Amino acid sequence: MADYEIPTVTGDDGIVDVPALKEGAMGHLHGPWVSKPDFQKELGFPTDFTMPEGVENYGDVDTLVENWKNRALEKLDDLRGRYRSLQVFLDICVKCGACTDKCHYYIGTTDPKNMPVARQDLLRKVYRRYFTFAGKFFGKIGKPEFVGAADLTEDVVKDWYNYYHQCSQCRRCSVFCPYGIDTAEISMAAREILDHIGMGQKYCTEIMGKVHKIGNNLGLPEAALSDTLEGLEEDIYDDTGVLVELPLDKKGADILLVTPSADFFAEPHVDGLMGYAKVFHELGLDFTLSSYASEGANFGMFIGSYENMRRLALRIRKAAIDLGVKRIVFGECGHAWRVAYSFLNTLAGPWDFLDQNYPIPQHVLEITEPALAAGKLNIDKSANDDMVVTFHDSCNIARGSRIGGYEGGQFEVPRNVIKAVCNNYVDMPKDTIHDSTFCCGGGGGILTDDLMEVRVKGAQPRMEALKHVTENHGVTHMAAICAICKSQFTKVIPYYGFTMDQIVSVHQLVSNAIQLTGQLTEDEIDEMELDYDEAKEKLIASREAAE
Amino acid sequence: MFLSYVFGVLFWVATLVLVFGIAFKVRLYWKTPAPLKIPTTPAPLTQGGVFVRMFKEVVFFFSLFRSNKLLWILGIAFHYALALVLFRHVRYFQESTWFIVDVMQPFGKYAGFLMVLALLGLLARRIFIDRVRYITAPSDRAMLGLLILIGASGLMMKFVSHTDILMVKQFFIGLRSFDFQPLPADPILMVHLSLVALLMLIFPISKLLHAPGIFFSPTRNQIDNPREKRHLAPWAAELEKQNKNYLHELDK
Repeated sequence: MADYEIPTVTGDDGIVDVPALKEGAMGHLHGPWVSKPDFQKELGFPTDFTMPEGVENYGDVDTLVENWKNRALEKLDDLRGRYRSLQVFLDICVKCGACTDKCHYYIGTTDPKNMPVARQDLLRKVYRRYFTFAGKFFGKIGKPEFVGAADLTEDVVKDWYNYYHQCSQCRRCSVFCPYGIDTAEISMAAREILDHIGMGQKYCTEIMGKVHKIGNNLGLPEAALSDTLEGLEEDIYDDTGVLVELPLDKKGADILLVTPSADFFAEPHVDGLMGYAKVFHELGLDFTLSSYASEGANFGMFIGSYENMRRLALRIRKAAIDLGVKRIVFGECGHAWRVAYSFLNTLAGPWDFLDQNYPIPQHVLEITEPALAAGKLNIDKSANDDMVVTFHDSCNIARGSRIGGYEGGQFEVPRNVIKAVCNNYVDMPKDTIHDSTFCCGGGGGILTDDLMEVRVKGAQPRMEALKHVTENHGVTHMAAICAICKSQFTKVIPYYGFTMDQIVSVHQLVSNAIQLTGQLTEDEIDEMELDYDEAKEKLIASREAAE
Repeated sequence: MFLSYVFGVLFWVATLVLVFGIAFKVRLYWKTPAPLKIPTTPAPLTQGGVFVRMFKEVVFFFSLFRSNKLLWILGIAFHYALALVLFRHVRYFQESTWFIVDVMQPFGKYAGFLMVLALLGLLARRIFIDRVRYITAPSDRAMLGLLILIGASGLMMKFVSHTDILMVKQFFIGLRSFDFQPLPADPILMVHLSLVALLMLIFPISKLLHAPGIFFSPTRNQIDNPREKRHLAPWAAELEKQNKNYLHELDK
């Protein structure tokens, strides 16, 4: 299946033993595909560089922007002046090593440069060399390494590009650091610097360009989106005999639903989207999707670009204003939710024109959970009896945001929902869930085929935990609330002996169990000849008549 | 008396560097904006909660406890022993000592051994654990060596070869008003004092900045209330004000 060794999982106790380090274990990689000047231009980055001929030329100085070294250092200086996190984190690490065994990429690859502190040091050594007294002094006498400083060279740039794209910015290291040093902040800064010297990452920049132009990561235009949603309505109708609408650009709707565009087509994401629609339908909530803001995921965060993150977030503001909605609700997506929950107010606020009685923005689980608890949804738990479910805490939700009104709600709310719609639920080992959760291996801009080896190896700790509950507790399915987790797992779990359909959306479970008002049984559906087009026309006609 | 002038000037310089160096860094951390809300969650929802979280980190090394038990024990042992030893040293700067300083003397006396043992343990980690060895720069070992020598020379004077401690006390009390009193010409004392001065000098330019720095760590000191309260850095507000996407498009 691959020309590298797939890590083995035993299922013994669900925890991978800390491996001995192997220098250069991932040194044969060159990082993801480099972004073309066209893509860089769209995002406001410099374009005076030459595309390298092959991956082995990535980082060669003759491909970088003119005067690359000074421009890299200037950008570093600029960033440490604008981000307290960066300035403080570069200064205060004591190299205690508490983080060294906490990164899923270190565990899965054994490459020491994937230890959080070592990854930070790739940038920190340059900071120390050019911006601290100790580094300048020992640099001058030719011994910068004495104080952990190093000159900025071609090899350093190559290491940056390779190893800052083996970090999914999952923040697990920040939980265990005695000073809360977050490698994600360093990785984001490093990628921002790389973007300014001609080493952008194609996967992220190309996708962001699509959102800037069209409105979503997939580049789905309004017409295609509208067709897709109609198809989903038809699926639900054929399945239940109930017409559950998924409106697009409906002016005057109460709620703007923003969801990752993967929800429109990928499995199991799309089953989740149908789940949200059913919940809204049953609760009588008037919602709409927007073609202009048809993307929840905000890749600006991955490349550390506040400006691009803000530009993407402002689309949501514009859509909310144009459609005249009162509330904004986000679908299942980890990074989308971190940007929404933690940053949206900063980037695109103030939201004084929305209904202040609801959280702004609100997570779809913050609607479903209370509705289930209050018995407002008719649930048949046995619909999920073919599964024993476990839940994967997505890192950006677990460690970068919150769901619900209390500290740690992000762990309880999704579990409450799953338990309300499933009879069989089992947690994975405690060192692998809640804020100790392991990243799926594909977050933070890593979810691209050119980084497959990184993704497969980085999934090892989660796969080990899953294997443990599979073998010891009969778990059959793992639920997730993040588009990246779902995409990453469906792709990599076959490498570990599982099958793709073992990954489910949380709202897919809700969708399975929910009994819609007027829902028909399978036999009834078989007897009747359902015609979606006819039903839809009738609905529209009756609505017009009422008006 | 020559010695007394040399060390007198050295300690004045070291003290000024320590105080102003840290003040400079603290000012830098204070002034640098934190443009986004990035507490590592679950995070407290109130300012009081943040106080509790920070207290748990600074006093109990809570995150480290979750992370690595051996390192936690060594770290706690070293820092608390150092605190006791430093507290014991207060008497060298007071004409008549506070009661509490007197009470703590025996604890401070033996804490010195614990401190050196813990430091040796920390050094052993840097030598024997492959991951920690990999991330250790020579300066990291040198820093531990410096602390070990300071501790060992101090213990030597207390338990092996006594120095004229009253003379040392008069020296430091005099130094406060630039009254240079004689210092005993004891080589162990010279070593001890020189290394302490060196430690004070490098504090503001080294990783010892973790002590003031932790209070500025955004992942630990921010309140989890981004939906309720808008958080905006001045440089980001400028984008909004001028209605621009990129910083390079801004009018200065």
